[in-house]
Amino acid sequence: MDEAVVLIGTRKGVVVARSSRARTSWELDPLQLMMNTVYGIGIDRRRSTPRLFAGATSEHWGPSLFHSDDLGRTWSEPASAPVAFPADSGVALTRVWQIEPGPSAKPDVVYAGVEPHALFRSDDGGITFDLVEGLFNHPHRPSWVPGGGGACLHTIVPHPTDSDRMLVALSAGGVYRTADGGASWEPANRGIEAKFMPEDQRFPEFGQCVHKVAAHPSNPNRLLAQNHFGVYRSENYGTSWDPIENGLPANFGFPVLVHPGQPETAYLFPLEADVERLPPDRRCRIYRSRDAGDNWEPLARGLPQSGYHSLVLRDALCADTGDPTGIFFGTRDGDVYQSLNDGDSWELLASHLPDVLAVRAIVLA
Amino acid sequence: MNALLVLPAALRASAGGNRALSTAAATVGQAIDDLAITWPQLERRLRDEQGAVRPHIRIYLETDDISDLSGLATPLSEGARVYIIPAVSGGC
Repeated sequence: MDEAVVLIGTRKGVVVARSSRARTSWELDPLQLMMNTVYGIGIDRRRSTPRLFAGATSEHWGPSLFHSDDLGRTWSEPASAPVAFPADSGVALTRVWQIEPGPSAKPDVVYAGVEPHALFRSDDGGITFDLVEGLFNHPHRPSWVPGGGGACLHTIVPHPTDSDRMLVALSAGGVYRTADGGASWEPANRGIEAKFMPEDQRFPEFGQCVHKVAAHPSNPNRLLAQNHFGVYRSENYGTSWDPIENGLPANFGFPVLVHPGQPETAYLFPLEADVERLPPDRRCRIYRSRDAGDNWEPLARGLPQSGYHSLVLRDALCADTGDPTGIFFGTRDGDVYQSLNDGDSWELLASHLPDVLAVRAIVLA
Repeated sequence: MNALLVLPAALRASAGGNRALSTAAATVGQAIDDLAITWPQLERRLRDEQGAVRPHIRIYLETDDISDLSGLATPLSEGARVYIIPAVSGGC
């Protein structure tokens, strides 16, 4: 099948861009799931035809989770709510923020991270989900607070080889991990600074506002994190974290991406600060590291370099499965860029979309 | 006794394409409860899983907002019309 797909979640629906494997020209399908805010999108590549997901929230009609088994040409949802809190929880779903397929050994397991802070698990390929009670009943949960985007569990990092281990991140609670399949969870934030706290309370056990965590399957113990101030690396699956900011113009931002074919290569989109959520020097620049975060360099070729006031949200930076690897990012002013040379240069794939909230991409074998 | 639930265009696909649904329920809330069985997708468009009507939905019994009557306990009478209306809100 000679096809490449970029799935784009926006504030007003989902857009699918299609190309051949060469990815030299793209065509956009009409907007679907119209007037739904689509934060959480995902692609389950483990199926013969990849299953696409879109966590969609209508301001009028509430949240749901749609799936597509024809690469985004049509979307479905079950009659009953695919993701819903138990009646006795006293909590109602606001938004699906994250859809993440489970490890390869569990081909029907899919996870969903939601607002308010919770993790759900599906055992039927992502059609219906159940609350992961172990995290929901964690004694820290009453102390978790919403970040600027909401009380969201926005990052899920399943361990690639040990299906009992998994790591999640939530705003603002920080990083948590399990080693028993989700029955119990421990905070994993040592070394991550919470600069929004009083000076003597800036390294709490939990409460950090981690914006995104990324890992490479070949080295699951190494994690990179873009924090609410601070970019960090862990070499021990979150037991401890160290800052990695050499070459960055600022340490605030939302996304972090590890190159799927190059475990030492990673990407960020720095912003000036929490009170100035704009790119430094008003230039659109992705930052790349070739040494797992020890050093960072700006990538600007093909990107707007003056008067730029947009930004890239936490799930709007991704890579595809092609050769060469495609790197993609979407912006809050409705543009999507791609690079087929690891970020050395960029081309506009789509423009004038609604605010881009999330991007995922696949090249079909 | 039958009343009629009148749906906005955006919700008709969740009710098999029907513009309106007949109900024998005694109250507005019971009518929505019944939807959870007959048209579950429609029911969850109207209420969250804790039973709260979604904040940007207005429900009228004839010309009255049920929030000015007895809310979901508002009784239904023979021939009554209940209108589900997307509120003039929701952001952009």
